[in-house]
Amino acid sequence: MIGIVSYGAYVPKYRIKTEEIARVWKKDPAEIRNSLGIVEKAVASWDEDAVTLGLEAAIRCLGTRFRPDNIGAILVGSETHPYAVNPTSTIIGEFLGIGHHYFAADLEFACKAGTAAIELIAGLIKSGQVNYGLAVGTDVAQSRPHDVLEYTSGAGAAAFLLGNSSQEIIAELVAFTSYSSDTPDFWRRDGIRFPSHSGRFSGEPAYFTHVLGAANLLFKKTKTKPADFDYCVFHMPNGKFPVAVASRLGFTKEQFLPSFVAPQIGNPYSASTLIGLASVLKQAKPDQKIFMVSYGSGAGSDAFIWKTTKHIEKYRKHESNQLLSQKEYIDYPRYLKQTKTI
Amino acid sequence: MKVAVLGAATTQFGELWDISPRALVREAVSEALLASNLRITDIDALYVGNMLSGILGGQENLGAFFAEELGFAGPAFKIEGACASGGLAFYNGAVAVRSGMFERVLVVGVEKMTDHKPEDVALGLMGAGSDVERQAGITFPGLYAILARAHMEKYGTTEEELAAVAVKNHFHAVLNSKAHFNNLITIAKVLASPKIADPLKLLDCSPISDGAAAAVIVSEAVAQKGQTPVWLIGAGVASDSLGLAGRKEITSLSAAKRAAKLAYKAARVGPRDIEVAEVHDCFTIAELIALEDLGFYEPGKAGKALLREELTLGKAQHLVVNPSGGLKACGHPVGATGVKQVVEIVSQLRGTSGKRQVEKTRIGLTHNVGGSGAVAAVHIFQGKAGSGKGKG
Repeated sequence: MIGIVSYGAYVPKYRIKTEEIARVWKKDPAEIRNSLGIVEKAVASWDEDAVTLGLEAAIRCLGTRFRPDNIGAILVGSETHPYAVNPTSTIIGEFLGIGHHYFAADLEFACKAGTAAIELIAGLIKSGQVNYGLAVGTDVAQSRPHDVLEYTSGAGAAAFLLGNSSQEIIAELVAFTSYSSDTPDFWRRDGIRFPSHSGRFSGEPAYFTHVLGAANLLFKKTKTKPADFDYCVFHMPNGKFPVAVASRLGFTKEQFLPSFVAPQIGNPYSASTLIGLASVLKQAKPDQKIFMVSYGSGAGSDAFIWKTTKHIEKYRKHESNQLLSQKEYIDYPRYLKQTKTI
Repeated sequence: MKVAVLGAATTQFGELWDISPRALVREAVSEALLASNLRITDIDALYVGNMLSGILGGQENLGAFFAEELGFAGPAFKIEGACASGGLAFYNGAVAVRSGMFERVLVVGVEKMTDHKPEDVALGLMGAGSDVERQAGITFPGLYAILARAHMEKYGTTEEELAAVAVKNHFHAVLNSKAHFNNLITIAKVLASPKIADPLKLLDCSPISDGAAAAVIVSEAVAQKGQTPVWLIGAGVASDSLGLAGRKEITSLSAAKRAAKLAYKAARVGPRDIEVAEVHDCFTIAELIALEDLGFYEPGKAGKALLREELTLGKAQHLVVNPSGGLKACGHPVGATGVKQVVEIVSQLRGTSGKRQVEKTRIGLTHNVGGSGAVAAVHIFQGKAGSGKGKG
């Protein structure tokens, strides 16, 4: 048995409303909100980056109950690693006090590097190489001022401690699969500050093709259908795509809404799907099934089936995650300052 | 010398991300040649209408580019004139046949736009504007918004009247399986759509599309041996200043009016004889102005007619406009548009337009505009003689 032993999520407290950004660019706020489905987005503080966000999530994940030195692997997925060369994973490992006998690597696959970390750690555990592994997805999402991405690019991180003890696992990893292709819908070249994207191309041939491709592959592989699940989680690049993909696959609002954090935090890239999963785990009961599909531009999707165990209720009693509860609104000049644009 | 169109075809129009320009042209040409009962080796010359291959695709030898793709070794030319590139290519092909120089000419219009970032496409399209317009940073929605505002001030034209163009053309496009859009819209939906350049809203604007269209133009001698020819009975092309500031008036397009006059004169018909027309509705205001420039309505009267749905298939008494869905709803791959208009009118005059067939139609017109009215091409076609006189 492989599964989630603990999890932690961190979203910076700062928020900017899409209407504040729309006001600056003389756009109609209602039009922006309706077309993107985002009310506000999370913004990192001026002294936060993908490392500190990832560390905050990892600290919340381990809490006081899990010994860091049991962890055999730490993989950090992000598209905003502060260093091109110098790993985020070892900085986080050092601050956690993980010791030195562990495998570390940074991953990059646009918005799906966090779920890629989960797949790889599941493999390491299954092969017997490690007993515990920490998968982190963290991003301080960049976007060029006046680009449509500016309304959605958020900040946040989530960390998942995976293990193999049936006495500890709160959500079993039942099955997973992936769907990948060379589809350049969104990219950022080395040394370039802001990502580029191909507008509407990032929809049908990119997000929808891959999310639907991975989802349908996993349904087929596991002989399941949407009605077999209690919850669904999808990557949330905006407030529209995940709603559309859930509906196209045949999931109901009740299955979908618990994971739908995008309207409140925007798209924290590698952390988006994982924060959606964390939101579901905060309310899931034992023996419930969760269907989850990430998406990373370039492009690929990882699809997972999780099944909660009886331990989740006991776990929740000790859980310290206060996701999304603290907020401070900022205006556009302060947003530019905190994103280091000025 | 009379000139006729034999085979004519378009590809699907839309966001064709997985289809290359080569494949688009190959598909349209194969269908047009097959319908003409001709092979590529029978063709004397190739005219390619395209606007953006250089600025977006980096390809500036388009005649040879598509000649190679089609296995054609004869003379091949790229004709450009912004969004009228297709109409100008067709005009040049027809002139060549009419001159007696060639007997069988292949005209292709093609554009691949969706592979590029919207801001790059907008910049590329401004290649059709004047220097001062470019320096001022205006784009085509802004230029047509100025035309719309001027028309509103002079004639009291309303945003509802403009919206009626989009509603009609979406209705027609639903009947066209090759169209970019296949959804019905309402005036309320157009008015509620996001503002692009006041008073134009998103649903007042034609989309960025990919697509190709092809038509085979032949001499009378060749036409007599082939399938039902559709005769080109009149053609006109005229030019004007690149920028709006150089025009005497901006509530009509002088180039379009002069091109129409030439075409009507050559065809010996008038506006009342036209039963089906494909006009250049890059923005809804453009169709409204076209209806007046072509003489279908007095200046200032087209808007009310549109609200009365006088030009809509199934409701029109004399004339149906943009049965393909127009640029607004069939899509606007700029270089392909002018040729697609010809393909639609040829199909209508042959009676092969299926669900969107205009009844008992004999004379049709195409109206293709480049820039904000810097160039216009108008063609008038007649179907098989004896199929009944038009209602006009």
